[in-house]
Amino acid sequence: MPHGVERRARTQLRSGRLSAERVGRLERPALLGVLMREVINFSSYWRSTTFSATVEPTIYLLAFGFGFGSLVSTVGGYDYVEFVGTGTVATAVLFSSAFAAMFGTFIKYKFQRTYDAILAAPVDTEELATAEALWIALRAGVYGCVPLLVAIVFGLDPSWGMLLVPFFGIVAGFGWACFGILASAIATSIENFNYIISAGLTPLFLVAGTFFPLTQLPEWAQTLAQLNPLYHLVQLVRHAAFGFDGWADVGHVAVLVAFALLMWRLAIWRLEKRLVD
Amino acid sequence: MTAPLAIRLRGVVKRFGPITAVDGLDLDVPEGACVGLLGPNGAGKSTTMKMLTAQAIADEGELTVLGHTLPGASKQARAECGVVPQLDNLDVTLTVEQNLLVFAFLYRLGRGERRPAVERALEIAKLGDRRDTRVDKLSGGMRRRLLIARALVHRPRLVLLDEPTVGLDPQVRQELWALIDRLRSEGTSILMSTHYIEEAERLADSVTIMSHGRAVATGAPQALITEHAGREAVEVYGPPPKLAEAEAAARAAGLATRRTGTSVAVLRINGDAPEGERRPANLEDVFVLLTGEEIA
Repeated sequence: MPHGVERRARTQLRSGRLSAERVGRLERPALLGVLMREVINFSSYWRSTTFSATVEPTIYLLAFGFGFGSLVSTVGGYDYVEFVGTGTVATAVLFSSAFAAMFGTFIKYKFQRTYDAILAAPVDTEELATAEALWIALRAGVYGCVPLLVAIVFGLDPSWGMLLVPFFGIVAGFGWACFGILASAIATSIENFNYIISAGLTPLFLVAGTFFPLTQLPEWAQTLAQLNPLYHLVQLVRHAAFGFDGWADVGHVAVLVAFALLMWRLAIWRLEKRLVD
Repeated sequence: MTAPLAIRLRGVVKRFGPITAVDGLDLDVPEGACVGLLGPNGAGKSTTMKMLTAQAIADEGELTVLGHTLPGASKQARAECGVVPQLDNLDVTLTVEQNLLVFAFLYRLGRGERRPAVERALEIAKLGDRRDTRVDKLSGGMRRRLLIARALVHRPRLVLLDEPTVGLDPQVRQELWALIDRLRSEGTSILMSTHYIEEAERLADSVTIMSHGRAVATGAPQALITEHAGREAVEVYGPPPKLAEAEAAARAAGLATRRTGTSVAVLRINGDAPEGERRPANLEDVFVLLTGEEIA
């Protein structure tokens, strides 16, 4: 039956094209190449990055921990320094991922034209965005631990659960890095980031249960905060330090993973639109 | 019969909204040849270069690079290509050596191949004694040499050069020409876009002249000159009325002319020529004849 033959041929064609697309997607050598570029570059700027990633959360911790801590001794059953010390882990992850990705990506494609050079090599946009986000996520996972270490110096008791904190930081950091890449791919000028920072990141950063528990907020704000990935990271870090909460924490991890996957695909989509005419 | 092609474009069209940057371009680069892509600003040279690495996707037409069909198999093609961009995109805070090492990774050289490849590229760029210098401390000429050497770390079969000597002084330009000529003599296929006529004349085995997104002439430089501008030209100097007069007279006699700014060049002369300075016809005559005297 000619109709059936034609349909079979069409299916074959489609599956053939699909497999051709699949071959060579997210290849390890391509990811490695982009990662190595970042690693080699990191050797030229690690001091300043590490300085700001360490000093910034420490200042938050000291200012809020001692400033507020002298007014309120316990919050939600925790010593306030411990409450803020665990909360600022999320802040450190956000700062070292979203901002690095936003500004770094913009500078690399717009001013340094680094991405032109990389895409002329056997690397596709998907691999470029993925490797860049992976690198930033790794850094965020490491830098995210700094506030915890500072808090330990100021009296937070170490616990085994804390060993999971870098991994939570990597997952959330990957999501925020992809968010930053997405933002920079949409932005037409570096001034556009003002909107994203003021209207997006600042509220998310404040309404995450970092400095005060969300239970102080009106109910609608509490509901909205459930959509904030940073809130879920704060919860996970606190539970890692003070004891896990079973399925609730599985839920928090699931939200972070979903956020990371969604941002990853969106970042690739927009970056490709930006880089390939 | 014919040499295999490193690049083959047929009927390639690329539009940006209402603008058609490339408008039905045919282009061949035979393996081992150096082809110059010549054209005024806005002729579509850079867009063509971007399509060859799939950084722009053609709306119509066929593109084959080293036997790989674009854009589907572009990654395989890119693995065997070296690209020298028009605008410097080196990592300025890295050293010369680190820049080359990054590209050894991006072009997937094996663990044992990377060191020798970097050394070879340092030698090509003659930057062996500057290996530990940060790129932002290099002179413009050194940066260009590094940019070219960076494109060669993986011994590409095809090199795409987009305006390789734009904005450089004559000494540096000569240095780069020597480098490109060496590459050519080693059998690497080269596509070089340029709007410096002399560059194409010296380096290219064959030239394609582009205008408004199409190829308006293709051939060896000397053949193009003979075909379009004849063997000799006469330059007539004088005040504007005299130039206009000379132009009209030559046209009436069936000769081609072009303005040079200070004179009128009368082309395709044979036998009776107007009075003026005789000189051999050149590729610039062909270029202006074919792409127009006025810039759009």
